[in-house]
Parts: sequence; C-alpha cells; structure tokens
Amino acid sequence: MTETTKKTGVSRRTLLKSTAGLAGLAAGSGAITGFPYVMSAEPKVLRYLGTAVNEGDDISKQCLKDTGIKIEYITATTDDVTKRVMTQPNSFDVLDTEYFSLKKLVPSGNILALDARKIKEFDNITPVFTKGQTPGGKKIGGQGTAPWKVLYLEGKDSKKFATSATEFVTLIPTVYNADTLGIRPDLIKRPIGSWSELLNPEFKGKASILNIPSIGIMDAAMVVEASGKYKYADKGNMTKEEIDLTMKVMTEAKKAGQFRAFWKDFNESVNLMASGETVIQSMWSPAVTKVRSMGIACTFQPLKEGYRSWASGFCVSKGVSGAKLEWAYEFVNWFLSGYAGAYLNRQGYYSAVLSTAKAHMEPYEWAYWMEGKAAEKDIKAPDGSLLEKAGAVRDGGSYEDRMGGVACWNAVMDENDYMVRKWNEFIAA
Amino acid sequence: MDTSEDILQQASPGLIPGSDAARAAKVTRLSPSFISWLQAGPMMLVFLAFFLIPLVFVVIVSFWDYNEYQLLPAFSGRGYTDTFEGCIAQLPDLCTIGKTYLMTLKLCFLVWAITLFLGFWVAYFLAFHVKSKTWQMGLSLLCTIPFWTSNVIRMIAWIPLLGRNGLVNSGLVKTGLINQPLEWLLFSEFSVVLALVHLFTFFMVVPIFNSMVRIDKSLIEAAYDAGATGFQTLVNVIIPLAKPGIVIGSIFVITIVMGDFITIGVMGGQQIAAAGKIIETRVNALQFPAAAANAVILLAITFLIITMMSRIVDIRKEL
Repeated sequence: MTETTKKTGVSRRTLLKSTAGLAGLAAGSGAITGFPYVMSAEPKVLRYLGTAVNEGDDISKQCLKDTGIKIEYITATTDDVTKRVMTQPNSFDVLDTEYFSLKKLVPSGNILALDARKIKEFDNITPVFTKGQTPGGKKIGGQGTAPWKVLYLEGKDSKKFATSATEFVTLIPTVYNADTLGIRPDLIKRPIGSWSELLNPEFKGKASILNIPSIGIMDAAMVVEASGKYKYADKGNMTKEEIDLTMKVMTEAKKAGQFRAFWKDFNESVNLMASGETVIQSMWSPAVTKVRSMGIACTFQPLKEGYRSWASGFCVSKGVSGAKLEWAYEFVNWFLSGYAGAYLNRQGYYSAVLSTAKAHMEPYEWAYWMEGKAAEKDIKAPDGSLLEKAGAVRDGGSYEDRMGGVACWNAVMDENDYMVRKWNEFIAA
Repeated sequence: MDTSEDILQQASPGLIPGSDAARAAKVTRLSPSFISWLQAGPMMLVFLAFFLIPLVFVVIVSFWDYNEYQLLPAFSGRGYTDTFEGCIAQLPDLCTIGKTYLMTLKLCFLVWAITLFLGFWVAYFLAFHVKSKTWQMGLSLLCTIPFWTSNVIRMIAWIPLLGRNGLVNSGLVKTGLINQPLEWLLFSEFSVVLALVHLFTFFMVVPIFNSMVRIDKSLIEAAYDAGATGFQTLVNVIIPLAKPGIVIGSIFVITIVMGDFITIGVMGGQQIAAAGKIIETRVNALQFPAAAANAVILLAITFLIITMMSRIVDIRKEL
C-alpha cells in the first residue's frame, strides 16, 4: 500500500529529498559525532523514513513528551521508501515499511533486524502476525507475502527468513489493515457482494483500480478468481502463465472501456469517488472515510471472496548502532505502548498490540472500531473532526470478521520483472 | 521585451561597435578566444557536471544486469532486449514499446501542431497589434498563468470542469445539446492534448514573439508598397523571418512532451502509455538498468527529431 498525500513523480521534491539524503549521508557517516563528553547533551533525534500512514504529528509530539526522542519524518511513497533504502541506507535511522518489500530489502543487507527480547510487548503482538490467525482463532488467508512468512530471520545478519520463531525480527509490527472495494451505494443502488462486480459491464467507464503494479495485479487476481475464470495456487506469487492470463482479462476490460481511470495516490482515489467519476474501485479505508466526511455516501464493501491485506513494521538502518540503536528500541517500545496504537485504530487501521491500544481508547470507541458494534456516541477522528454519527456501524464489522476474512497479502512475486513488463503492456494496450 | 538586442550582443561580443580604445587596451593581454571560453566556461562546467557525466552513467548502467534488489555491474543487453520483447514475434501487431512510442509521437504531433498554430497567432497579435511595450509585457505575463499552480491542483481542477458531472457536461446537457454526459472530455487523449496545449503554448509564444519583434518594420512596409496582400506578406516575409522562433519553440514543446508522463498520466487516467511512464514503472520496481535503457532510447528518438528539425532551419545562422 502506498499512502501519501502527493506524488508528482520526478520533481523538485525528489531533488530535495536526494539532497537531504546526501546531507543525511554526511551526518550518518559519523562526520558529526566527533565531540567527546557531550553525549548527554546530544538531543535524541531519530530520522524516520516511511509512508504517511503512521506519520501523525500528534504521534511525534506525544513521543517527544513521553520519551524525549525527537522524530524527524521523511515521508515518501512505498516505492520511494524502498528505493531510498537501496540507494541511501544512511539517510534514515528508523524504517517503517511494508512486509512485502522485505523480499527486496533483506537480501540487500541495508537493514538490521531488531531483537525481539528487547521489545517489551512482543509477546502481546496480535497472533495475526505471529501465527496467521485472529485472536479469536480464525485462520487467515496466507497467499502473497503474509507477514508470518517473513517475520523472523535465521540469524542476526542472516539474509534468510526463518520458518520458526527466532529472536531476530525483520519488522516489529505496527499497523495493518484489510482492503477491499469502495463503492458509491447511492449511485449503484443494489447490493454488491463479490470482487467480480469490478468488471461487471454495468459499471462500464465507472470502475477503477490501483496503478501500482504489484498491488493492482492482486486486485485483478481477486476479480479473475471471483468471476470463476481461474483459481490461483498463490495470487501473490503467480507463474508467467498466470500473469499472462490475469493481464489478458484486464486488457480486455480496459479495451472495452471498463475503467474510468487508474489511481495512484490517496487523493486521486478520493477525488474519483467523490466526483462520481467512478462508482466502484479498489480503495483504502481512510480514503473511504474521507469521502464520507465530505457528506457523500461511500461504503468500504465487504466481499465474499475476502480482503487483500497489508502490514507494516519497524526496523533500523544498518548504519544505526550504539546509543542511537537504544533510542530506536525505546521508540519502538513507546510506539507499541498504546498512544500510537489508539491513534491508528481511530483512523480505521489496526494496531499491532491490541491490549495497550484498548487502554488508550474510550470503551465506545473500541466497541465501534474493533467490535463492530453500533456507535454509542459520535465517532471522532484523532483530530477531533466528526467521522460517524452515533448509531453507525463500521463497514465489514469487527476486527475478527475483517482480519479473519483476509484472503491474500500484498506481495512481491518471484516473477516481478516479468509482471512489471506485462503491466506496461497492459497500460499501452 | 526588448531583450532581443541584448541577446544579439551577448551572442557576438566581438561585434559591439564603438568599444573605445581604453577598454581594448585593458583586455589586450587576454586573447578573444580565451574570453569566449571564459564566458562559456561556467555554463559548460554545469553542463558537464550535471548533464553529460550523469548521462554517461545512464548509458553505462543501461548495459548492466540487475536482480530484485541490486545492480550487477556485468555487461548485459537485457535492459534493451526486454524492452523490445515481442517486436518481431508479434508482427504485424505492435509490441509494447512500439505502441507506446506510437502513442507518444501522436500526442507529441497533436500538441506541437496546436501549440504552433495558437502560439504563432498569439505572438503575431502581441508583436504587430499591441503597440505599447507595457501591454506587450503584461499580456505575455498572462500566458504564464498555467504555471502558477502545481500539477496536483491542476489535476483536481480539471475534474469539476470536464468530469462526468462537471461544468461543461452539465452545461451542455442543460442546453439540450446532448442527452448523455460526454465521457471523452476527461481521462482521454482529448484531455491529455488539452492539458498539454494549455501548459505549453507559452513555450511557443515566447520564442516566436522574440523573432517577430526583431523583424524590421520597413520590410513589411516594403512588401505593402510592392503590392503584396496581407497573406502574401505573412507567407513571404513574416513566416520566413519568424522561422528561428518557430523552430526553438517547437524544440521546447517536442522535448517536453516526449518526456512527459505526469500530465499524460493524470489527464489520461493512467490508461495512456507514455515513454516516460515506462521509465517510471521500471525505476519504481528497482529495475534501474531497464529504466536506463528506456531513457537512452527516448533520448535517441528525441535527438533524432531535433536533428531533423535543425536540418530544416539552421538556428545558429538565423540568429
């Protein structure tokens, strides 16, 4: 998932970022640490690279208050985060990224695994990450890069994912969600229950998907499977033939004018839906909330084939050691201690440690967001704006129902290179 | 805008008439060619450091191999062979790269033709019909309005105008001209061309205007006295003399449109292929050599077009 407010490709921002990267390189290379006896006076600063999902100003302010650690956000899209880890590993300290990019990041050796024994709440992390099941015991679909497949490394500097639990954790889980199609119930005027509706000719010229190849093809695969055309062994790791088949179905739909536009960033998806350009499209939970807060009916529609899920977590740059590494642990421990989790839960995401987040939420909030119950009072966003009036029920219901209904996870395929070429062919068709 | 004379002087410093002997004496120790190098030097260094050297790297990397997470510095033509995949096997159908460039060239041609037409007449109006320098200046500044907003804002602004429920469609439906909203107004080749023309006509106006204001008015009077009609004057006097401006403007527009993928993406609903888009997708997938290979191809094709254009008009001679 790539959640960011703006993306304008190669631009002044990118240039600024690379310049900042160079500056970061200078700072990270130790050129600025030659001052003996001022360690205690050195401000605790962590450069935090990630997508906009977890990067709330409220979170960094609260963190500074509680721990004295100053967080400097470096915000980029998912693709740009990965690119930056590859090309400028010294330009950040803490990395907040998605599990599916680990297949690229871990072999590069540019990130360090964290030690599970130093994470206070590690044993309380939701079994979604560790066992692939919900706290209620529902088995979660494991197609794609499911987090439990890539959660542990065999050793400290190992580049191999361990099949059983070790103390070397690739990413300490922070946030995750289950994505599905967003619809405009006021314009569709009938129940929608399957991913196959995305390619229903009834919505010709009014459908949309993500233009991020690795995620877009997963949504496409959900559609292909839902329409009964093919059953994949693993939607997140297709063979070349499966990629061809999926792209063929999508190309035919594109040529027939099924899609109004593809979207790439959060705001684009909100605009398409709010303006009525599209009535059905793959979407993210906060985008649906945003459309709704504009007074426009929009539903994050649960579908019988299940959700496509994603998850992110923390690790540190290979350049981080000593005191800085200790701050990183302190920060991660703080992040899991409840304030940030409650903040994320209130946005419609899910926090990794449920018990601490619960302690930081009002019982009526917990009941609405996590238990799927009707809101007793008005539901407010972290910034205090009204999200839902009393009586509303969350789309898809409870945590158990939503996470329990996950069918697959965002992924990087073994045939990624081929898939990207096919995606370009699809756009050109 | 009376910069034309300044440009003329800068371009040929040796030709400044009336440079007095005292000044000449001061510079006698430096040869004229050395001064020329000195003048061109800073730009040359910038060009070398930020254009030529990176370009050499791009060409080198385009021949490297890669895997999921790193560049492998071993010679490989994979970036190119992957790019031209299926170009022979799929004949007579076009391969991905063929289709992409066909679309890019088509958009490029449309935008070039329209911006040239509009730009020429805007420049003509500014140069020959607007008498006051202040008005000329003020009106040229008006042409820069499209640049006052960011890409994102422009994108958002087009939806309420051209969208299914937008101003244009609802206006047309209300007047009874159409029954159904026109779908092709937005996220189509039409909207891409519209947005590009909206943005880049300015790049045509400025150089053409610059050429036109330098046309000696007595030439036009002479044509008139010789009995030429307005049209004959336009074709035989103004257009030939405005040629350098036309070519420079065309180079601006063509190079920008060839490399554009943001406007094409946003206005085409990400459903229209662009040469730049392929590069972006490759870079985002960390396939840098493949991206570099595509960049080299794009550069070569753009260079070819520019070379052809400068064959038609020798810009340096005309200036």
